Parts: sequence; structure tokens; C-alpha cells
Amino acid sequence: MKFLDHLTFGQYIPADSFVHNADPRGKILGTIILLTGVFLVKHPSAFCIWALFLLGVILMSRLSIRLVMGSAKPVMILVLFTAFIHFLFTGGEPLFKLGFVKITYEGLRMGVYMGLRLLFLVLFASILTLTTSPMELADGLESLFSPLKPFGFPAHELAMMMTIALRFIPTLLDETDRIMKAQLARGADLDKGNIWNRLKAFIPVLIPLFVIVFQRAEDLAIAMEARCYKGGKGRTRMHPLAWKYKDTIGLVITISAVALLSFLDRRLWL
Amino acid sequence: MPEDVVFSLRDVYFKYPGSDEAALKGIDLEVQAGEWVALVGSNGSGKSTLARILNALLIPTQGACFILDMDSKESENIWAIRSKVAMVFQNPDNQIVASVVEDDTAFGPENLGLCPSDICEKVTWSLDATGLTEYRNKATYALSGGQKQRLAVAGALAMTPPVIVLDEPTAMLDPQGRKDLLNVLSELHMQGMTIVYISHRIEEILSCDRVIVMNEGNVSWDGTPRDLFEFGKGIEKWGLEVPPIVRLWSMLKNAGIISKEVQPTKDGVVHALCP
Repeated sequence: MKFLDHLTFGQYIPADSFVHNADPRGKILGTIILLTGVFLVKHPSAFCIWALFLLGVILMSRLSIRLVMGSAKPVMILVLFTAFIHFLFTGGEPLFKLGFVKITYEGLRMGVYMGLRLLFLVLFASILTLTTSPMELADGLESLFSPLKPFGFPAHELAMMMTIALRFIPTLLDETDRIMKAQLARGADLDKGNIWNRLKAFIPVLIPLFVIVFQRAEDLAIAMEARCYKGGKGRTRMHPLAWKYKDTIGLVITISAVALLSFLDRRLWL
Repeated sequence: MPEDVVFSLRDVYFKYPGSDEAALKGIDLEVQAGEWVALVGSNGSGKSTLARILNALLIPTQGACFILDMDSKESENIWAIRSKVAMVFQNPDNQIVASVVEDDTAFGPENLGLCPSDICEKVTWSLDATGLTEYRNKATYALSGGQKQRLAVAGALAMTPPVIVLDEPTAMLDPQGRKDLLNVLSELHMQGMTIVYISHRIEEILSCDRVIVMNEGNVSWDGTPRDLFEFGKGIEKWGLEVPPIVRLWSMLKNAGIISKEVQPTKDGVVHALCP
């Protein structure tokens, strides 16, 4: 499992906490609302309040702060890049000029804000995946999308695809590792030369991987049929989702916080 | 048909679409309830095809196949047959659906539409029967090959079927994994479950009640493992290899060192030599 060691983002960490035990539907809706809230505010103090809110959620979920912050590491480059682009390409009052590079006060502000928003997005989303098992997440999404079923929306199929995809990530990473080693043993050069050569060198890895994936898909379909799988119709759950009053309270607090903060941000501070 | 007949096949032919030659050529077979039947044969002898016929995953192109008194040709019987005849395949990695052990075990009963408490009870029972209770909340990818295959058996057992068909379940396992799986099966057999066990490892069939040798889509031989080994090297014509312990057993028997009643197993031979 060499590849798996680098995969920290989105891994479920089981624990007994309010956030862990909350209904996945509430958590998904809450996360979407929170992310909207983060993108609605424009004032520095609003960002500080969001940071405090984030800290509160982390403490309630009994996850270590370092672990949650660590999950943002893989996207830090994207965050910095976004901020940098805003520094350079936002018009307005120039703060200083260096040759043709012009940094403006607005650019600096927008860059910092966009970077912070992206960071909040990743952190809130990773709290969701750190505290919700893949199965619960899939069940929650299926349940949330089920009102669209009469219009032909494949809610169950999407949830099943997600469950299977998550289940096969470690298996396929393992498989890729094995194929790469087999090709290296035959003298393949996978990490030398320019990008084009490296991409070309990867073809002997991708083709066997695709063949194996299709074979596995075929085998899995037969095995699922043998276990009486005939789609979502008539299927029950060992742990059916149960909405509790705590979930309502959590969701109401989240919605109120977002509404209040966006209102204050617009009316009072600006 | 008497009630204790589990499988009744009459003149069953099966041809894969696009293939010229039939994979099964007129199989006549009856399996009684509670029997442990081993299906052996070389690659391409039709044993996996026959296994899929027994679970209604394939429907005979000709002939009749009755499974627990249900005709597999009638499409309304298919799901009832699959819930009664569970199936375990060769590669454990390709039959595990969920990321967590208990979720995967629950997949079958969930498909049958049982109520949550029933599902939970069946999951607990099947994990216990396969010795996986302590792994209930573990990730499936973290299990060893042998544990994964036992999980596949647990997933099949969770539907509480009276019959289980296993298609070369030990092909990808190490000796310990193989031993553990065979122990689980003999425990189930003692509880009265009908087992159809496909293998090309002939040493694994010693504890079965009955052996069916398949060759080129036909049943070439049907009898007890002991009678099969009386053929000695004769079984090589069906692409089978005589296991070392059986070769030793027949040499000792022919030399008059052990009596004819001794079983061709490791325990039997050791006991006969050092009583």
C-alpha cells in the first residue's frame, strides 16, 4: 500500500463525537450552506468569525487540529496560485510597481480573501469526509437526491457507483503500483525526460490497468448479481438513516450563523 | 421430485454466445441435500460453467435444470434461486462491494429487502461462522487474502442459503488461508449445509462426500474420493494429478504395509503406520 500512505485528504477517522454521530444528510447540507456563507462575506472580521466557527466544529468533532489542517496541504499550491493571480491581475490603486508588475491594494485584498475562501472550502469539506464514513456519505447523497428519482435522476445508481469507486481506490492503487514495478523490471523508464516522454512512458502502465479494471468490473457485476442485486428497488439498509432533533438544531444553528454573518457583513461593516 | 434433492439436471447443454463448441454437453446430475460435492477437472472442462448454471447465472441452452424444485428457465424463479444458492468466486477482491467488513456482509440481505434487525442478526451470525467477528468494523482492503475470501463466504452466508457453491475459492490463497477456509466449510457441512466445491487441487477433495470429475463438458466420473483414488495414475487422463499422500497410500497398500480400510488422508496413513 505505498500509494495509500500519501492519501490523507478525505480519509474517514472513526470517533464518537457529536459531528460523527450527526446524520450525513444534515452534514452534507450544513457543509454546502457553510461554504456558501464563506463565499458571501467580504470583511476581515467576518473571516475571523468563520475561523472561530471552524475551530469550534473541529473541537466538537474531536479530531486533532493538526490532522484537519494537514488535509489542506495537497491543495496549498492551488490556494497560493489563486491568491497570486489575484495579486497580479486585479486593477485599482497601485500599491507599488516593479517593472511591468503592478500590485494594487484591491489585488492584495482579493488575493488574500480568495485564498482564505479556498482554504475554508477545503477544511470544511475535509471535516465532512473525516467524520463521515463513505457508506454514510453515499446513503446521505442518495437520500438527498431521492426526490429527483421520479424525474429519472439515478440517485441510487450514483450512490452505488460512489461506494464501489471508494472501495476500489486502494485495490487499483495497488494494481498500478504492481504494473509500474513490472514495467520497471522490464527496463521501462517512467520518470526521465520531458513531460511528453514521461506521458508516453506511462502508456504501458495505463493499458494493462484499463484491461484489469474492465475485467474486475465484469467479475464484480456477476458477483453482485449472484448476491441478488437488482438495483435500488426493494433494497433495505442495515443502518437506515434516522434524522434526530439534534440534527435539526445543528442545521438551524448553521443556517442562522451564515444568514446573520452575511447580513452583518453587508449592512454594518461595509 | 423428492424434497431432499437440491439440484436435478437433465441432459443440460450450454453454449456461450459466439462459441462453436458447447461448454456443457448433456449433463445428467442429481445432488442431495446435505451433500458435500467436489467438482474437479482440468481448465476448460466446464466446471465453472456448471457452477454458474447451478446459481441461475447462466440458463441451459438445452435440457432442464431444477434447483430446489424451481425451474431455472422460468424468469420469475431466478431471484429465489439466487437467494437460496449462494455463490463464492475465485478472486476475493472482485466480489467485495463495500469498504467496511460489516457493510459488505450486509449487501446480500439488504438486496433481499429484509428489515434492519434481521439483517444485523444475519450479519452477526455469518461473521461468527467465518471467524471474522473481530474484523466487523475494519476496512476490507486491510484484510489478508484468506480473510477476504472468508468475507466473501460470510457475504454469501448472510442470505442464510441452504446451498453454497464455491468456484475455486482457494486458487489465490496461501496454505493457511486455504486451511482456514476449508475448516469453515467443514463446520457448515456439519450443520447440514449442501456444498458444491469446485477445485483443481485434488488434495482438497479428500474430506468431501462425493467427487464429480468433469472432462470436456461431460461428467466423466462420479463417486467417493476414496474410489477415485483407487484408479491411481488412471485419473491423469482427465487432467488431474494424484496428490503425494494418495501416491504414498496406494504404494503402502499395494505392498501390504497398511490395510485396505485405511483412508487416503495424511491422518489415516499416519495412524495406520504409528497406531
